[in-house]
Amino acid sequence: MVHSRTAQRRWTAAIGLTGAAALALSACAQSERGDESGAGKQGGTFTFGAAGAPKLFDPLFATDGETFRVARQMFDGLTTFKPGTAEPAPSLAESWESTPDGLTWTFKLRQGVKFHDGTAFDAQAVCANFDRWYNLKGAAQSDAVSQYYVDNFGGFSDGAKPSLYKSCSAKDANTAEVVLTSSTSKFPDILGLPSFSMQSPAALKQYDADNVQAQGDSFVFPAYANEHPTGTGPFKFGKYDKANGTVELVRNDDYWGEKTKLDKLVFRIIPDETARKQALQSGDIDGFDFPNAADWESLKSAGFNVQVRPAFNILYFGINQKNNPALRDLKVRQALAHAINREQLVKSQLPEGAEVATQFIPKTVGGFADDVTKYPYDLNKAKQLLAEANASNLTLKFYWPSEVTRPYMPNPKDIYGAIAADLQQAGITIETVTKPWNGGYLTDVDQGIPDVFLLGWTGDTGSADNWIGTFFGNPENRFNTGAATWGNDLAAQLKTADAEPDRTKRYGLYEDLNRKIMSEYLPAIPVSHSPPALVVKNNVKGIVPSPLTDEKFGPVSIG
Amino acid sequence: MVLVLSLLVFAWLRALPGGPASALLGDRGTEESRAALSKQLGLDQPIFVQYFRFLGRALTGNFGNSTGVQPGDSVVDIFLQRFPATIELSVLAILIAIAVGIPLGYLAARRRGGLFDNFSVGASLIGVAVPVFFLAYLLKYVFATKLGWLPSLGRQAGDIDATRVTGFFVLDGILTQEWDAAWDAFVHLLLPAVALATIPFAVIFRITRAAVLDVLNEDYVRTAESKGLLGTVIRRRHVLRNAMLPVVTTIGLQIGALLAGAVLTEKVFGFSGVGEALALGFERRDYPVLQMFILVAAIVYVLVNLLVDLSYALVDPRIRTR
Repeated sequence: MVHSRTAQRRWTAAIGLTGAAALALSACAQSERGDESGAGKQGGTFTFGAAGAPKLFDPLFATDGETFRVARQMFDGLTTFKPGTAEPAPSLAESWESTPDGLTWTFKLRQGVKFHDGTAFDAQAVCANFDRWYNLKGAAQSDAVSQYYVDNFGGFSDGAKPSLYKSCSAKDANTAEVVLTSSTSKFPDILGLPSFSMQSPAALKQYDADNVQAQGDSFVFPAYANEHPTGTGPFKFGKYDKANGTVELVRNDDYWGEKTKLDKLVFRIIPDETARKQALQSGDIDGFDFPNAADWESLKSAGFNVQVRPAFNILYFGINQKNNPALRDLKVRQALAHAINREQLVKSQLPEGAEVATQFIPKTVGGFADDVTKYPYDLNKAKQLLAEANASNLTLKFYWPSEVTRPYMPNPKDIYGAIAADLQQAGITIETVTKPWNGGYLTDVDQGIPDVFLLGWTGDTGSADNWIGTFFGNPENRFNTGAATWGNDLAAQLKTADAEPDRTKRYGLYEDLNRKIMSEYLPAIPVSHSPPALVVKNNVKGIVPSPLTDEKFGPVSIG
Repeated sequence: MVLVLSLLVFAWLRALPGGPASALLGDRGTEESRAALSKQLGLDQPIFVQYFRFLGRALTGNFGNSTGVQPGDSVVDIFLQRFPATIELSVLAILIAIAVGIPLGYLAARRRGGLFDNFSVGASLIGVAVPVFFLAYLLKYVFATKLGWLPSLGRQAGDIDATRVTGFFVLDGILTQEWDAAWDAFVHLLLPAVALATIPFAVIFRITRAAVLDVLNEDYVRTAESKGLLGTVIRRRHVLRNAMLPVVTTIGLQIGALLAGAVLTEKVFGFSGVGEALALGFERRDYPVLQMFILVAAIVYVLVNLLVDLSYALVDPRIRTR
């Protein structure tokens, strides 16, 4: 490639000397890159810009989106989600049924599936995976390591905490029976989460997969998690080139489903957001996740495909009743709800497609109630309610996070600014505190230091328990509902609803709860649901934006 | 000195609010889970207990494992992967700065007050005044986004199959005779190196210009001229050689500035070197990475200064004889 152009280099002592050198050299670089783009429908490399390094490749120990994204391409679960929705769909299990009490689940497995190491996927492999999760020991039990297991299944075989899982048995090679200790609405949906992917028992054993160590002030993961992830998915692990910041996956030619057209799938780690955008514009990557909503228009007009996901998150205005007695009065909390102009906030601060949240779950989640008490913007009503509660000179310590953007909160500072201005209009005095997200914000919020704060959630599954159960299911929470007269009651009702095996009845219970939360309790104020997006080049086909960010790259083709 | 510094860095990091437990658990954490995690990682212990544990491990070469940059990896490994990247980048940057700064400085001094002089002094002012990350974005916009001549980020294209030997990508390509890999790595170096070079370039240019002006007014130059020596001989033997003394000092000092500039440049160019790890380490409160990387940066800085002092002997015979 180095030929010919050197003659054009003119080493004049002019100012543009470096520029001239770059110019001459780059002419070659261009021709080199031209070679890649001619890929047809079959073959080629899809390069995706990742915001961070994957922590590891064993999804059981994954806790962040970048790690999950890579794992999703290599692994399958018993169930998956119907593309573009949060509804469970068959994957490695072709069908399933449960006993009426919701405790015993029978999965009929797909036949002839092989793990990447050539071993067979069967009912014994399924049970080996369930038993693996349940029998984790030592550091592997830490919340920071097996967070999703702890959140969804609870305790381990040592019995320190109750576990949702009881046992698994292989009825025959293609039938696995899983027994739970209680009925829950999130089962079997959670089996579609990457954390609960099916992994090769032989590889898990060979590479010591469960051997997680806490060492010094961090965790050390075994060879399996670092170099030998072994699933059944459309891509196999290639290599993680740490020095170059790239993760390479390759096509699995023995995939049980439709084989991918791509030869390779590369994740390039680019922590800086502007750098990701420029990398897309200059063609170094084919797409990246979470483009800033302010850039959507310019990306579209530059010919990129901004794919907007259905909004599956919530931003809420958190209220902690601990330190400020006035906030224990429902009227004060209702006054805050009336004082915040959420319509305006959504229009001016959030991406197109964002909606005002009327309750703590989005419309697509079962148990959503249309007829909850709504709190339209009404300054006079707010002032009146404050006066009735003798809180006209209310002062609030308002926390907002810096150094962060979240899918539900693209610009914390502006959102804070809009809400603070609204509250001041209602005669409330604001004491502002801002802290970096990882630099004290989250810890302070959970220690109950702020009176009011901004936070949110992105759903894992379409079960209401994943939302309101997470927020209020444990009375010791960041709203301090346990101290309210109704806090324990709310937690108990959430458990009852979650345990109801009958879908229709369960939805009814959740609808009632949502009505009560919005009228009688109002522990916090739901603000908005924002649709996050991902952006790809126009020649990238086959990505279906998922509310769960569960995009599979297997069907992707370039051309 | 390193010991004192290690204590300072250690104490300072832990005085920052938040911490790894918060960074690891994110918005899914609860107060309970964060406390449990802090306990597990020993972060609830008194700070001097933590420090002596750290010191004990550090003496055996174990600086701990990353919690945020490349979670789980040994910090020493991360450093060894990334250090070559930063060296490659800095060396090319300083070479560009020298190759451009010294001749330009010399020419500007020779034609003092002329159009060329005024123009290049102005250009060097911009080099000092414009923040390196702005320039980096600008270069990227022009050469990568608009013209598409150079890659906008990374150390090598994602789909090149390169064999890693030393961790210096260009060198590796040459050693293994994978010419496409070497070339690709070099092309990836260009934009960040040019951006980074502006910091030392501006200083080297101005010091060279000033030094040459000084020397041109010296008596021995006038003597040499009156002796009727050839212009080229005077310039090489009398002017340049004597003017180089302050320039060498400057180059040495600029290596410190390069380390600082590398943090921003590497971040902007997604260049997986030491600087990017430092920037990420701060964002994600990665104590082990920060502790070791800051210490090593300090040691490198001290060593470079020592080398600069020693190199005087090469250019200044007076020091050798003393």
